[in-house]
Amino acid sequence: MNLLFAVMIGVLYGAGFYLILRRSFVKVLIGLILLAHGANLLILTVGRLTKGNPVFVNSGTDATAFADPLPQALILTAIVIGFGIQAFALVLFKRAYKTAKTDDLDEMRNTDLSS
Amino acid sequence: MRSSLILCTATRFLLPIILMFSFFILLRGHNEPGGGFIGGLVAASAFALYAISHGVTYAQQLLKVNPINLIASGLIIALSSGLFAVFNGSNFMQGYWSEFKFPVIGKIGTPLIFDIGVYFLVLGIALLIIFSLAEEEEEIQ
Amino acid sequence: MLFFVLLGFITAVLVPLIKKISDNFLSWIIPIIPASIFFYFASFYYQIADGEVIKVSYSWIPSLGINFDFYIDGLSLVFAMIISLVGTVVYLYAGSYLKGDTRLSKFYIYISIFMSSMIGVVTSDNLMTLFIFWELTSISSYLLIGFNHEKESSRYSALQALLVTGLGGLALLAGFILLYITTGTWDISEINKMPAEVIGSSYFFLIVIFILLGTFTKSAQFPFHFWLPNAMEAPTPVSAYLHSATMVKAGIYLMARLNPAFGNSILWNDLLLVFGTATMLFAAVLSFKQTDLKKLLAYSTLSVLGTLTMLIGIGSDLAIKAFIIYLIAHSLYKGTLFLVAGIIDHETGTRNIEKLSGLRKLMPITMIIAVAASLSKMGIIPLVGFVGKETVYASVLELPIFGNYLIVITILANMFVVYITAMVGFRPFFGKLKSTPKNPHEAPFRMWSGPMFLALSGLVLGIFSSLFLNKLINSSELGIISERLNIPVKLWHGFNLELLLSTITVLLGLFLYFKREYFLKFVASFSSVKFVQPSYYYQFIFDGTLSLAKYITSKIQNGYLRFYILVILLTTFSLIAYTLHTFYSFNEINIGGSVSVYEVILAFILIISTLLAVSAKSRLAAIVGLGGVGYVIALFFLIYSAPDLAMTQFSIETLTVILFVLVIYKLPKYLSFSSTTRRIRDIIVASFAGLTMFFLVLVISGTSLTSELKEYFIAESYPSGKGLNVVNVILVDFRALDTLGEITVLAVAAIGVYSLLKLRKKDN
Repeated sequence: MNLLFAVMIGVLYGAGFYLILRRSFVKVLIGLILLAHGANLLILTVGRLTKGNPVFVNSGTDATAFADPLPQALILTAIVIGFGIQAFALVLFKRAYKTAKTDDLDEMRNTDLSS
Repeated sequence: MRSSLILCTATRFLLPIILMFSFFILLRGHNEPGGGFIGGLVAASAFALYAISHGVTYAQQLLKVNPINLIASGLIIALSSGLFAVFNGSNFMQGYWSEFKFPVIGKIGTPLIFDIGVYFLVLGIALLIIFSLAEEEEEIQ
Repeated sequence: MLFFVLLGFITAVLVPLIKKISDNFLSWIIPIIPASIFFYFASFYYQIADGEVIKVSYSWIPSLGINFDFYIDGLSLVFAMIISLVGTVVYLYAGSYLKGDTRLSKFYIYISIFMSSMIGVVTSDNLMTLFIFWELTSISSYLLIGFNHEKESSRYSALQALLVTGLGGLALLAGFILLYITTGTWDISEINKMPAEVIGSSYFFLIVIFILLGTFTKSAQFPFHFWLPNAMEAPTPVSAYLHSATMVKAGIYLMARLNPAFGNSILWNDLLLVFGTATMLFAAVLSFKQTDLKKLLAYSTLSVLGTLTMLIGIGSDLAIKAFIIYLIAHSLYKGTLFLVAGIIDHETGTRNIEKLSGLRKLMPITMIIAVAASLSKMGIIPLVGFVGKETVYASVLELPIFGNYLIVITILANMFVVYITAMVGFRPFFGKLKSTPKNPHEAPFRMWSGPMFLALSGLVLGIFSSLFLNKLINSSELGIISERLNIPVKLWHGFNLELLLSTITVLLGLFLYFKREYFLKFVASFSSVKFVQPSYYYQFIFDGTLSLAKYITSKIQNGYLRFYILVILLTTFSLIAYTLHTFYSFNEINIGGSVSVYEVILAFILIISTLLAVSAKSRLAAIVGLGGVGYVIALFFLIYSAPDLAMTQFSIETLTVILFVLVIYKLPKYLSFSSTTRRIRDIIVASFAGLTMFFLVLVISGTSLTSELKEYFIAESYPSGKGLNVVNVILVDFRALDTLGEITVLAVAAIGVYSLLKLRKKDN
């Protein structure tokens, strides 16, 4: 299953990186979301994959068999913060698009507006 | 925004149920899957659903409070749950639990209050983002 | 003690409040502050003069050994009294000098900060505290030189002074830290007790170089002297206070203070001797072609600073005695002359020496003050300057080998000083009256009373030198050399060699003054060569740094986001790939347990959805792909024991979709801008990064992992956290502070979104 996760993480990272290298802002945004997914899976994998044994301590299993709770706590906040960042980036982009009238990041190089 | 009659009617009944469910998720989070983050998100999607079917203005009227106030009160609740320990002479954020066991909820403690703060804050931010975006779209149309 | 050291900072805060009453009230009441500091330190006089030292300590950062340690001995007391006394005069003077100026309160704020910092420098016994006060004097000096900040030359000079002294300060910090590593203490009085350790240290050479870089820049020693004449852009009270009486002497003070630890080393003594002498002579010669009153005084100050450094370098008992007397004498007469120059400037509207003449009838009081200070400066009996010069000559003559050469140089330098004094102190007042931009008349009381007082002090200290100076110099702990001096100070030593030399100096100086036209041509041809001016190198380095920064910025910070990302990606992943390749073998890879068919199918869906999101031609298709990825990941969370994550991911995906649906049609059309070659390049880079991540995950899974945190959290979840869901207990209890930080970030992001949208509406 490590192999399976390695493939998924590799694909998500590769796709994410490709997209944030684009000039179109929407693509950059989607790339960021894909990268966030990849990072979440990476944290989960690094904390070791455990199947079907979530950490609820009254289930009486031996401690070593449980999944590691710490990466999960990290990912949980990462997901929610990721949402905040997505929303912020989306709105920032909308605003920039309205002001600069372009979607092309290369055209947005200057802080001063041409108008 | 025009929506189907079915969706409109359904959400009217769904909203209170989802809200209750979200609160249930919040309270049971300490022992079973759930918690403030998830509860807040579920509650937010209930209002978002309402906003899609009935329009933002109605959803805002239904909510009654400004989402910004939800964010602020959420932060204050979370912070004050930690301050409770400071006034008792121990470290900031040290947990305290009641001796008495309440029916359904179980023991009440400062971490639970903290989780309630998280719930309101997450609800607030999700709604603030969605409402202000949707409001803008409606104005343009 | 702490109160009086920090009183200036407190005053700086209070000034705006007092200003509300009236500017006039402020300028009359505020000299009380430096005066009270003066009386506070003066009250230690008899204690110190009886050989005691005063040590007070307030803890600040005890864990690092950094404290407010104050140490007052003879040296500190002399400095503290000069600072507060000249301060009082300058405060009083400025009230009249800047009368009606709206920036008067600003001036008092800056100068109060400066005064406290300076007092802090000379009373601190802790290297770190001293350093902080030291830097504060640089900053307040920057603000004061640039006081007329609407003038470009003011800003330039202020920045120059800040850069030179600031860089020196950085070197000083390095020297202090090395000194701390060597001795293990920040306490100056402790360090001074272990000269053997300091001199024997392997860092000794570096320590000396770094500390001297700091003190030489601060005290404007050659070749860093150029900032001081430029600093004359400051208002005259500032020049009188900072750039002659106090701040430029901070470097001198530090060298004197650290002399017990370093004084036995040949390196230290020779450097001080060489650079001190060079400054003394060089500045004196450069002064010759100046016609601006204040610049003339600045060069003579430089020359005196050089002399003081030289005296520490000589380091004999007599030299130290000369050092103290000369220091006191110089502060008194140079402060006075600066203030006189300010009066002349204020009354006539010009500082150009060529335009000033015959003011004696119009400004009799000013003339008396100027002449008194000048006589002291020339070293004419019975003023304190005479005692100073005599002792300087005596200590130079005492030197075994170089004495003869050095005395010639000293006399030469002093000859120029006499010349400068004649130019500033006599020339404007005698001869025929010339017309000036303003009609001059006598200065107001507040402007002449202070200088008058300083000039009188010079006279009193000269005549009664055996009374005041003798006691202070002979019986107090001076802290410059380890043993106490036992050389009496008196005004009249009889007819001896020093007196003869003194007379020769004065005569030579006056000769120079009357024949200056002839010498001017010679000096002008020498100093117009730019390569001999260190300021040329300053400008070269300054411009060079700026253009280098501009060049690098234009290359690296070219404004293309893609370019930055590309550089970051290639660097990061090359490093990761290199590490993986070098330190891990792929035999260790752990492919992990078995997977079921539906997991493979899910992974397949995830990959397809990702590719859809990447290659989609329309926005909607891309968002559908994105949603697919999110939901599949949620399912994986569910399978791999993370139900909380699964629930969160499901709700977030839903909200994300709603979010996108709300704005989707407002988003621009899904255009592709890039050329095919660029796309292929990006595909290669991205594939390389993805492949590296793939191997990274495999290698990480292959290493063994022991997590103490995991066991701790699982064991303590119910007993301490009263919860069975460990993930949630971590979030709201164990790591609640982190969560609090995270939700604050969320709140900030949401407010950012809100304001971005609302602000746009206001624009419309």
